[in-house]
Amino acid sequence: MNNQQPLLSVRNLKTYFSLDEGQVKAVDGVSFDVNPGQVVGIVGESGCGKSVTIKSILRIIQKPGKIVDGQILFRHNGDSMLDLTQLNAQSEQMRQIRGAEIALIPQEPMAAFSPVHTIGNQIEEAILLHQPVSKQQARKIAIERLREVGVPSPERRIDSYSWELSGGLRQRAMIAMALSCNPKLLIADEPTTAIDVTTQAQVLNLLRDLQAQHDAAIIFITHDLGVIAQIADFVVVMYLGRVMETGPVDDIFHNPQHPYTKALLKSIPTVTSESGSRLPTIEGAIPHPFNRPAGCPFYPRCIEMMPGTCNTSTPSLQPVTDTQSASCFLYHKQTDDE
Amino acid sequence: MTSNTEQTTNSTNGHPLLDVKGLKKYFPIKKGFFKKTVGHVRAVDDVNFFIREGETLGLVGESGCGKTTTSRCILRAVDPTGGRVLYRAKSGATVDIAQLPASEMRRLRPEMQMIFQDPFASLNPRMNLFDIVSEPMFVNGIKSRSERADRVAELLQLVGLRPEYMQRFPHAFSGGQRQRIVIARALALKPRLVVADEPVSALDVSVQAQVLNLLLDLQEQLKLTYLFVAHDLSVVKHISTRVAVMYVGKIAEIAPTDALFNTPKHPYTAALMAAVPVADPRVRSKMIPLQGDVPSPANPPSGCYFHPRCPFAEAVCKQETPQLQEIEPNHFVACHRAKELELDGISAN
Repeated sequence: MNNQQPLLSVRNLKTYFSLDEGQVKAVDGVSFDVNPGQVVGIVGESGCGKSVTIKSILRIIQKPGKIVDGQILFRHNGDSMLDLTQLNAQSEQMRQIRGAEIALIPQEPMAAFSPVHTIGNQIEEAILLHQPVSKQQARKIAIERLREVGVPSPERRIDSYSWELSGGLRQRAMIAMALSCNPKLLIADEPTTAIDVTTQAQVLNLLRDLQAQHDAAIIFITHDLGVIAQIADFVVVMYLGRVMETGPVDDIFHNPQHPYTKALLKSIPTVTSESGSRLPTIEGAIPHPFNRPAGCPFYPRCIEMMPGTCNTSTPSLQPVTDTQSASCFLYHKQTDDE
Repeated sequence: MTSNTEQTTNSTNGHPLLDVKGLKKYFPIKKGFFKKTVGHVRAVDDVNFFIREGETLGLVGESGCGKTTTSRCILRAVDPTGGRVLYRAKSGATVDIAQLPASEMRRLRPEMQMIFQDPFASLNPRMNLFDIVSEPMFVNGIKSRSERADRVAELLQLVGLRPEYMQRFPHAFSGGQRQRIVIARALALKPRLVVADEPVSALDVSVQAQVLNLLLDLQEQLKLTYLFVAHDLSVVKHISTRVAVMYVGKIAEIAPTDALFNTPKHPYTAALMAAVPVADPRVRSKMIPLQGDVPSPANPPSGCYFHPRCPFAEAVCKQETPQLQEIEPNHFVACHRAKELELDGISAN
């Protein structure tokens, strides 16, 4: 897997928002690779920059947000690496990549579908934009995709509106739309947070099956560690706009290195934990984006904080085992300060 | 359809603080120019359970199953359509909250308080902490400002906030801190019963544990009784003494927490547990999802509401609605086949 050429390589990405109150460093030096056919899970709490990262990849960051540094290398048409940050967000080339080669499954299917067009209409629109087919063919493809994602009687459902469908079916239709052009990279932004657990299990199983069939790579964003454990191959743990730790899913869960990953895994109630016991907690709260601590963003809440080191300089992401990398001074001295 | 399920509460230690019997709440569906009632959404349909003093009853279910409506009926935030909500007041008298006139209900309200889901919506941004936390006291007759200030300081300390914060406004606080403020307000009148409706689901995962621990500590210190409503099974398992599972307005199963999670008796409970993603990559693929969707409470299926999705459904399930019955001590199940089925719980993973 490691010798393979990555499909997407995000290198030192920085996306800042300039507001009147100051600059918000939503994404501050994020790097990770996605190999073909790999499921990469990005996990983090609210405000950690996971959504801004994927919006940067798709180049749909809204003003006043701006990519100020870094590269997003994407293997375009199977050969050359194209730096998406160099393209104009509205350019013809970017529009061809967006939706066709990189597709998005948004968080809220209710908000993502237009209520005044049928779901068939909206799926067909995506197909007609990116493929040289007639309207009839597009409809056929759309029906085929809906069947593939397990929508019952797709010939009938294609003419229904999004508000006529249940939450699970709506999310399936959204997945059908994302898959309509055979993307090489599928970005799923918390696709199961808005739905119930029994439906969530259906959608996760579906994504797993589709991933195997299509051999598409998936970037899966969630704050739910259970979901990550079930679906990801490789995990990126983020906190306040920075990558804390990366590694294969088994190592992240069974041999976490970074104090944040360790604390996060311990503090989460699970169905297998003993009932009524006190959970170990992470003290404090996530700092406000205007009040980012100097140095390592996690140091004010870290139990292994080293005064004089962690609160003055920012650790960079360095390999700490054969498979894992962490940005923590417990393991190395490399800083990331300019 | 009347329930003849008398839950024998005297046989077990601890008298119930709250005994809900045959609770119903129907919302009319109105259509047309004359707003004619064409049907009812049976949000809560014949619900029976009890809560003993000092325990936590977890109420779980998927969205739309009626768990929030049930909790609102108990506090009389909405008027139930039918049934009894028997509450043993501080005075020792047992009253039926469902029938109580408004004036008497008002006198009872200090004993029962609510913690809301979203601390960003449940705190008035234009009131400071002192005003927010002391308002229940002011409304209930403690007019002396210094007395209230002392009590607010005490409450803030109790929930882990500094008393100096009293003059600040909610915007200055993070989600976890706001939920602590909401808890302080709920405790202002020394309630006995606290209804918590999804109190941690709007919080970040690293903060959830703090609030759960706080709720457990407060229960121990103040001898509180909780009705804890949530959709997250792992959170419910963590905090509850007993757990009730709801499905389309009905109780499917009630049992002590460990019994419910280790040996579930209702196929829906087992399916719910099988659907929870386990936070361990080594136990993959055990997720066996339920087929189909939750039926609409306006147009529920015949017989057992779960039969269209149930892998064990038989002919009888389509015709007869199963009643809640005690099949093991303290383990109540509404399923025709509860006694014969061998279902996997969590420990089986």
